[in-house]
Amino acid sequence: MTSGNMLLRAAALAGCYGFMSRSSGPQIRGGEAAALIRLANGPIEGLDDRFDILLSVDWGNLDRFAMEIPLNGESLIVGDPAQGEMPPAMAGFGAKRLDLPMKDMAKAIPGGRANMIALGYVAGLVGLPDGMVDEAVRGTLEPGSEAVAASLAAVAAGREIAAAVDFPRKLKVSGPARAGRWLITGNEATGYGALSGGVRFVAAYPITPATEILEWMAPALADVGGALVQAEDELASITMAIGASYGGTPALTATSGPGLSLMTESLGLAIAAEVPLVVVDVMRGGPSTGIPTKSEQADLNIALFGTHGDAPHVVVAPNSVADCLATTEWAVHLAEEMQVPVVVLSDQLMGQARMVIDPPARGAYVGERRVATPNGEAYRRYALTESGVSPMAVPGIPGLMYTADGLEHNEQGTPSSQAKDHVAQLDKRQRKLSGGDFGSHCAEIEGEGEIAVVTWGSCTAPAREAVARAREAGIEAKLISLRLLAPAQPAMLAGALAGVKRILVVEQTHSGQFHRYLRAEHALEGEVRALHKPGPLPMRPGDIYQQLVEWSRS
Amino acid sequence: MNVPSPAMLSAKNFKSDTKPIWCPGCGDYAVLTSLTRALASLGRPPEEVAMISGIGCSSRIPAYMNCYGFHGVHGRALPLATGLKVARPDLTVIAAGGDGDGYSIGGNHFMHACRRNVDLTYIVMDNHVYGMTKGQSSPTTEPDWDNALTPGGTGVRPFQPLVVALASGANFVARAFSGDIVGTADIMTQAIKSPGFSLVEVLSPCVTFRPEQREWKDLVRPSPVPATDDPARAARRLMTDDGFNIGVLYTGQRQPYRPKGSETEKSLDALCQEFVI
Repeated sequence: MTSGNMLLRAAALAGCYGFMSRSSGPQIRGGEAAALIRLANGPIEGLDDRFDILLSVDWGNLDRFAMEIPLNGESLIVGDPAQGEMPPAMAGFGAKRLDLPMKDMAKAIPGGRANMIALGYVAGLVGLPDGMVDEAVRGTLEPGSEAVAASLAAVAAGREIAAAVDFPRKLKVSGPARAGRWLITGNEATGYGALSGGVRFVAAYPITPATEILEWMAPALADVGGALVQAEDELASITMAIGASYGGTPALTATSGPGLSLMTESLGLAIAAEVPLVVVDVMRGGPSTGIPTKSEQADLNIALFGTHGDAPHVVVAPNSVADCLATTEWAVHLAEEMQVPVVVLSDQLMGQARMVIDPPARGAYVGERRVATPNGEAYRRYALTESGVSPMAVPGIPGLMYTADGLEHNEQGTPSSQAKDHVAQLDKRQRKLSGGDFGSHCAEIEGEGEIAVVTWGSCTAPAREAVARAREAGIEAKLISLRLLAPAQPAMLAGALAGVKRILVVEQTHSGQFHRYLRAEHALEGEVRALHKPGPLPMRPGDIYQQLVEWSRS
Repeated sequence: MNVPSPAMLSAKNFKSDTKPIWCPGCGDYAVLTSLTRALASLGRPPEEVAMISGIGCSSRIPAYMNCYGFHGVHGRALPLATGLKVARPDLTVIAAGGDGDGYSIGGNHFMHACRRNVDLTYIVMDNHVYGMTKGQSSPTTEPDWDNALTPGGTGVRPFQPLVVALASGANFVARAFSGDIVGTADIMTQAIKSPGFSLVEVLSPCVTFRPEQREWKDLVRPSPVPATDDPARAARRLMTDDGFNIGVLYTGQRQPYRPKGSETEKSLDALCQEFVI
């Protein structure tokens, strides 16, 4: 991972774009791991269909990753002869095979490490300038430490070997054209977006692959005057966040599927008591403990329908690493404005991917809560307003004391099991969302065509790339990526689909959760096909492109 | 509503007009009276007090008080109170509930709230029964108490809340009896004033499902010795007492929890510099 990060940084320094996702074995805390990297001259958002180079520092357990590293006859497999024979699983691609004696070369350098030999070699193959690679190494390691000199020597040694290899797919290096670009992971972007949107309290229970959001936020929150508490479990973390938000502090918790299952209990409390709250779910493979280290979009159903009772709330999804920032900001804004919990569905692929991005817009959305002010009348916390949103008192304000309640209540907040109060409050809570103005951030709609790809989340990047390829092949297609998943916006989608005759729904679930949801909530006119496949293999541009091509020919 | 100056506050200022759902004779009425008296004696205006509860008969208490309140879900009063107090250290935050809510479904939160030692007061109205669901064994119920759900009794050893609180790190441990309104108010006052996590376990009879608890008034006695700050001594006392010694039993010296602050204050612009290449 270290050498992968350095390669990405070097590419960024050289003015290129890059994307690196990671895949690890079953041991989350260590063990074998693969850095899956794509470098390009222009902006990219995800992985390609195949890799040009597989460099394996260690063949051990490589077969576990074989399916995640598609190669072909033009690819290059580089391994260390000291590590023995290449696993048979990798032989099937017909890729060209080269040896790089990383272990022996590293031994010859005091403090030298095989992964730095590998870094120098790959950087040399793709044509990254020496100075940029060295700067990336220096910028990563502790300045002045012995590791710096040893690493630079190892990088140089690897580069020297690469110089003799004829590798055609070189980057066009224009740099140093940094232009303030960022190198950031989706989880970091989520954490930053939360702060930027106004979150000042986080309750945390560690879980893969969401922990980095919480770990990034811990010191950052302190820096901006907020607080993070580590909770004893997810039942507590969401409830602590609700407590803080009840006190007037915008609050968030982040988790993954198993944690969201537990949090579903108090998600209902936040809905009933109308407490603003942001819950980020960085999805991983499910059900149960599932595949903690790999991505899937299969928490859609629980995010939409997990609570008991009629419980309207908001579900949003960022659709790129960079968008994790803006969409989390937006989530804070919606939560505070509508006094409702907002679930943010990110996933392992976006969350743990590190990426070079153009400087993102910040501060477009900020949470602003309608706080009640005393007016001499008896305070009605759950007053039946036209918008459904009632001004919220915050402890400390004289004269507005009330009890927030998960029990059904009347306008004052007094528990009530009367039919008229239940209906009135159900209507009110629904009205907040049905009448809400969600603006243009609801969806990304690009291009024109008689065929449309409708997708969400991390499937957007491969879908966008597939649509671009289709356009080059003469197939005009439209891309619709939904950021607002609940409440559903059937009129908005119908408008986006006007003139479209064929709809290809793309998602990373086994059962087609998104497709079913679209069917239930929207009138999908025309022919509909669903491309849904479970994790952990990512949706690739080629998967979608192939569908577009086949369908347009039929 | 006109609230008098802090010096003039009375228990009435902390009572709401909502009529409790409690059965006639329930110990919780007296607990409500003691608590409102304690708050009045502390002189904090009602708007600076937040009463947080879970689910159960006693957890209805926030609605019967005139202060900020939150009636949350079953078992989770303590995390709700923790989040509020950490975010709003300026408030007086009190959590309350029953033995089922606090020691069974909320048992994990109870242990960790004691450990964390946030400056909260937790009032548990313990009647050794699930009253709202019409009489099942709770964690503190005697093992041979016969009921419909566990005929002949659970056969399970009762939970020892004070011992667990002490072992987990609570900074103030007391037992009160609802029938002693003045004494309970005094214990509550001390608990609220005490920094860190304070547990006030109140024996509060359920006359409907445990009518034999009417006898508690004859069984309780003031603790024969004053509170100790020695955890080992407190542990020995709590492990050997019969559950009817009333008073403050332990007061510790632990510093209350505070989230770690930062020495460097940063703007949002400064924070994102780490991402810039």
